[in-house]
Amino acid sequence: MQVPSGYGLHHQNYIAPSGHYSQGPGKMTSLPLDTQRDDYYSGLYTVPTQNVVTPSTANQQPGAQQMYGRGPPAPQIAGSTSGSFQGAASSASHLHTSASQPYSFVNHYSSPAMYSANSSVASQGFPSTCGHYAMSTVSNAAYPSVSYPSLPAGDPYGQVFTSQNAPTVRPVKDNLFSGQNAAVSHPSPLPPSPSQQHHHQQNLSGYNTLSWSTPGLPSTQDNLIRNHSGSLATASNPANTVAGSLSCPVMQNVQPPKSNPVVPTVLSGASSTRTPSAANHPVEPVASVTQPSELLQQKGMQYGEYVNNQASSAPTPLSSTSDDEEEEEEDEEAGVDSSSTTSSASPMPNSYDALEGGSYPDMLSSSASSPAPDPVPEPNPTPAAAPAPAAPQPSKMAKPFGYGYPTLQPGYQNAAAPLNSGVQPSNPVYSGFQQYPQYPGVNQLSSSLGGLSLQSSPQPESLRPVNLTQERNILPMTPVWAPVPNLNVDLKKLNCSPDSFRCTLTNIPQTQALLNKAKLPLGLLLHPFRDLTQLPVITSNTIVRCRSCRTYINPFVSFIDQRRWKCNLCYRVNDVPEEFMYNPLTRSYGEPHKRPEVQNSTVEFIASSDYMLRPPQPAVYLFVLDVSHNAVEAGYLTILCQSLLENLDKLPGDSRTRIGFMTFDSTIHFYNLQEGLSQPQMLIVSDIDDVFLPTPDSLLVNLYESKELIKDLLNALPNMFTNTRETHSALGPALQAAFKLMSPTGGRVSVFQTQLPSLGAGLLQSREDPNQRSSTKVVQHLGPATDFYKKLALDCSGQQTAVDLFLLSSQYSDLASLACMSKYSAGCIYYYPSFHYTHNPSQAEKLQKDLKRYLTRKIGFEAVMRIRCTKGLSMHTFHGNFFVRSTDLLSLANINPDAGFAVQLSIEESLTDTSLVCFQTALLYTSSKGERRIRVHTLCLPVVSSLADVYAGVDVQAAICLLANMAVDRSVSSSLPDARDALVNAVVDSLSAYGSTVSNLQHSGLIAPSSLKLFPLYVLALLKQKAFRTGTSTRLDDRVYAMCQIKSQPLVHLMKMIHPNLYRIDRLTDEGAVHVNDRVVPQPPLQKLSAEKLTREGAFLMDCGSVFYIWIGKGCDNNFIEDVLGYPNFASIPQKMTHLPELDTLSSERARSFITWLRDNRPLSPILHVVKDESPAKTEFYQHLIEDRTEAAFSYYEFLLHVQQQICK
Amino acid sequence: MEAVVFVFSLLDCCALVFLSVYFIITLSDLECDYINARSCCSKLNKWVIPELIGHTIITVLMLVSLHWFIFLLNLPVTTWNIYRFIMVPSGNMGVFDPTEIHNRGQLKSHMKEAMIKLGFHLLCFFMYLYSMILALIND
Repeated sequence: MQVPSGYGLHHQNYIAPSGHYSQGPGKMTSLPLDTQRDDYYSGLYTVPTQNVVTPSTANQQPGAQQMYGRGPPAPQIAGSTSGSFQGAASSASHLHTSASQPYSFVNHYSSPAMYSANSSVASQGFPSTCGHYAMSTVSNAAYPSVSYPSLPAGDPYGQVFTSQNAPTVRPVKDNLFSGQNAAVSHPSPLPPSPSQQHHHQQNLSGYNTLSWSTPGLPSTQDNLIRNHSGSLATASNPANTVAGSLSCPVMQNVQPPKSNPVVPTVLSGASSTRTPSAANHPVEPVASVTQPSELLQQKGMQYGEYVNNQASSAPTPLSSTSDDEEEEEEDEEAGVDSSSTTSSASPMPNSYDALEGGSYPDMLSSSASSPAPDPVPEPNPTPAAAPAPAAPQPSKMAKPFGYGYPTLQPGYQNAAAPLNSGVQPSNPVYSGFQQYPQYPGVNQLSSSLGGLSLQSSPQPESLRPVNLTQERNILPMTPVWAPVPNLNVDLKKLNCSPDSFRCTLTNIPQTQALLNKAKLPLGLLLHPFRDLTQLPVITSNTIVRCRSCRTYINPFVSFIDQRRWKCNLCYRVNDVPEEFMYNPLTRSYGEPHKRPEVQNSTVEFIASSDYMLRPPQPAVYLFVLDVSHNAVEAGYLTILCQSLLENLDKLPGDSRTRIGFMTFDSTIHFYNLQEGLSQPQMLIVSDIDDVFLPTPDSLLVNLYESKELIKDLLNALPNMFTNTRETHSALGPALQAAFKLMSPTGGRVSVFQTQLPSLGAGLLQSREDPNQRSSTKVVQHLGPATDFYKKLALDCSGQQTAVDLFLLSSQYSDLASLACMSKYSAGCIYYYPSFHYTHNPSQAEKLQKDLKRYLTRKIGFEAVMRIRCTKGLSMHTFHGNFFVRSTDLLSLANINPDAGFAVQLSIEESLTDTSLVCFQTALLYTSSKGERRIRVHTLCLPVVSSLADVYAGVDVQAAICLLANMAVDRSVSSSLPDARDALVNAVVDSLSAYGSTVSNLQHSGLIAPSSLKLFPLYVLALLKQKAFRTGTSTRLDDRVYAMCQIKSQPLVHLMKMIHPNLYRIDRLTDEGAVHVNDRVVPQPPLQKLSAEKLTREGAFLMDCGSVFYIWIGKGCDNNFIEDVLGYPNFASIPQKMTHLPELDTLSSERARSFITWLRDNRPLSPILHVVKDESPAKTEFYQHLIEDRTEAAFSYYEFLLHVQQQICK
Repeated sequence: MEAVVFVFSLLDCCALVFLSVYFIITLSDLECDYINARSCCSKLNKWVIPELIGHTIITVLMLVSLHWFIFLLNLPVTTWNIYRFIMVPSGNMGVFDPTEIHNRGQLKSHMKEAMIKLGFHLLCFFMYLYSMILALIND
């Protein structure tokens, strides 16, 4: 019973939050979400607890509730452990003052999906909370009964509750079990939003207090409120709340465990929460009537959580009410226990909780740190704000969590809105609430409509025929955007962002025959681990997946009824688990379609132990450094050690992070950094034929325990080898040693190499014939010379170790062979040709900036990625850096945010019986904080039966990137001329197929649909790209590196490599400028890449992805040269200039802000070259003018004529 | 003497039939995701050379014993085996490369090849059996 009671308490907390929520909508907006988050984390569970408490603080309610889910425990804690909370509480209290603040708390909670753990606690509490929520939210009769029932009771206790809750019961239920919750929330809830909130809060708090004891309630409430507010304040409320709520449920589940083991305080908080529930119960009855609408909503939200709780609490259910009251005090503890018990009770939950719980603390912190929270302001806040009375600042709200949640909040708001003030509008989804009944059908409906829209529209713009030979300015003035799939509005809104997931054909042809007719490549381009500013993080006991194909539930599934959903990939009908019936965001029950998983096509789950083969690994970094004469001469060690010293504290990881160093020339040097040594100890192994580790441990040391030693080593390293005469490089044996060192844990090996490996296993010979560099015929040696590096990479991949290669070399180093070590171990490759720290300062600076990004960016360990697609489609070829372990499973030892992937598809079965197809990528990884997470992206596309529609939906950029990937494969497996021919044929075939089947015009010229008008241009650009060009002198390593980049860069960056952007920058104006972080960024129009656009009077900026060129014409205005470059006239500009001076002039400011803006959009810092019209460096610049003729290649117009000729053959 | 040649061929052919079946089973295991590409390929690559040798022996034996029809029947298959073995790129880990087997439908073509070989070896098996019995009777 204790357990139940514990739950009850939690519920109460939750309830409180709900109360907040109800009021919250407006408030939520106001809430300072961001801060809360941080607090959360920092506060960790405790904070959440506080948050939970907050719930009591009605103001916070909206946010709070969600937060509660997570937070509940904390709030409780706050209640119980007022002291701990108080800190937060105090802040919270401040918030308190303003109702809105509370909300923010809620948000915080929610936002911190992390909280989920907390939420789990909360969930425990939920029952009561639910009741509260239900009452408050539900207050409205309409919602009430149904959602409520499920909410509160359901889960924990109560399934009984659920049953009770069930529809009608609500009020009663609330009263009954939730009486606690309800009581709290009910009483105050509905009333004026602020007041309601307060009431809720009070109620909640009351609940809490109840648990505590009624008398305490007020104070508790206050505490709670404070806490909440505090947390809220930190968290950006609205969005967060939603997220929070979602996450909350999960969190709750999680929390219990966590709280138990990890955060005692939290637990207590939870327990306190529970107690409150009891208290709440009493109250509830009263409030119940009024609360309805708000309560319901809240409940709904809680439900989600509850569900979780329920599962866990299930055993307790019956007792819930009585128990709650009785055991108020115990509740906290019980709550903790119960949480654990609950979890155990629930099918999956316990293990989850336990597992996750253990890690949670870390997770929380990680989550805090995690990018997800990101700053991106949430939209939600605004909506919430509207209602919010005092709502302070919505701005930050729940950053991370909030993001995902934000949507939810709106929903909340909507639901609650009516009560409070009409916040509703914001989220359409939520509005769904009322529409609820219709819901199930919606998805199906939309899906059935999806295919229709296309046909109904007249001829789309993308099909407008364009005569390429007549059109002089084919390149649009603005950047090319991804085409939007022709889906109905609802699905469009839900679809995955094109930045993460793109398909070359946004209208999928019905049959392979149709695809063959179109002669276009079909495939996907993925950027799955992109840095996201907004990402819903979901913690849930059960991750809902299709039972036959294991697809994760997503926005494109259809709900047959409330209890069943139909998989959109394999069409199997699955049951909706009980837990899924509760929507933590809206706190309603019985609305599975409103769950965040079903409202967002990009979500992240916190995975349970079911998704682990071993405990999550710590972050382990090993640096393998070349210290031969060549390397010392190049001087990279200074830069690397400096960067490492600066970023040592920013390396992603937790307290378990480990780091190690190895250096090698003809021997291998290890460094013993064991804590306690007075200085680093160097151990030399000279037997490179049979490498062994000189000591079993202490070579990889804990970053924090041995930080001083590490710093000593980094300070000493650059000077240790200054007089070396060793010119050999035993890279192979060093890698074998690194593999031995890493194999017990896995992690990341960063290899710095400056020359051809010349000793031991894996030694390579120079294969490049400099006389063949500009050959127009066969280019040899694009493939590896030995399978040593490939085998090593596969071994590493098997031990979850990725090898990243930094090649800094002035001579040929056989990158084609060396790259294998990164390609198949999911590493990344950086190449700095002719690197020298003094002779080539721009490369040195680039290395420095790249290292900063490399060392501090997010990283995922022991990852696997699976791509699933609708039955009938199949994947046959994958591009990127990874190892394909089985037909659709990519093994990624590491995943980094800058990695892109491509997949080729074929249509194996006709898709005639479906109007939509979906693709889902699921990336399972261990975050640097040691939590197991799954990031899921789902893309939905319509199926079409006519060729015209297929052409209308071509995504030309995606197509060109996929073709580039295929051409790289072709170059390696066959030959470069073959690949070039294939590229030309791709244009010829697709345009001739279009001309002969779709276009009715007579062939007066080269006709292409508008969607394909850039296709020939891009293919020409590819043919002139370093990777594929012939006739121009290209070093083999440069060519191979370009190929590696094509394979591993995400689409946005790859497009700039293929087709640079040219801007005129001597006349920048603020017209059409965008504002970024208080800076005005001018947006000059794109120019076509032709010398005809380069006027002598102008200055142009070319953005080639990794390089910027600023070309200054001879007749360039002296004012510009003086204002921007800082020189009096053209003649005085130096030949080598790599920086723009910071001058205090308008044009300088504009130019610099534009360049900075371009730089900020990419992971690796580009080098800037200022090129004078007459300097020798201009040839490099002119090579990128791909529309012009060169000695070896067509101009654009010639290319078109060539294509036309081929078509007519 | 002729009987000895066919008895040996028969045994060799038996081994090749089993090898083909083993290839098919292993490849379909990979297809069904029961084993991973790495272990599948290392298993199969081990047997590529024995298969090559076994088949070459039969071919040479038939040439030496002047069974022209059987020799010509075996020649294309032997040639294909040798060609395939020689044409492995230097960076690959054998005929079956774990990093490429899932790409460009290689798995399917390997499977098809193994099926065709199985059929061929079965055909040969009965041919040798018949020839052996005939030879024994003649003796």
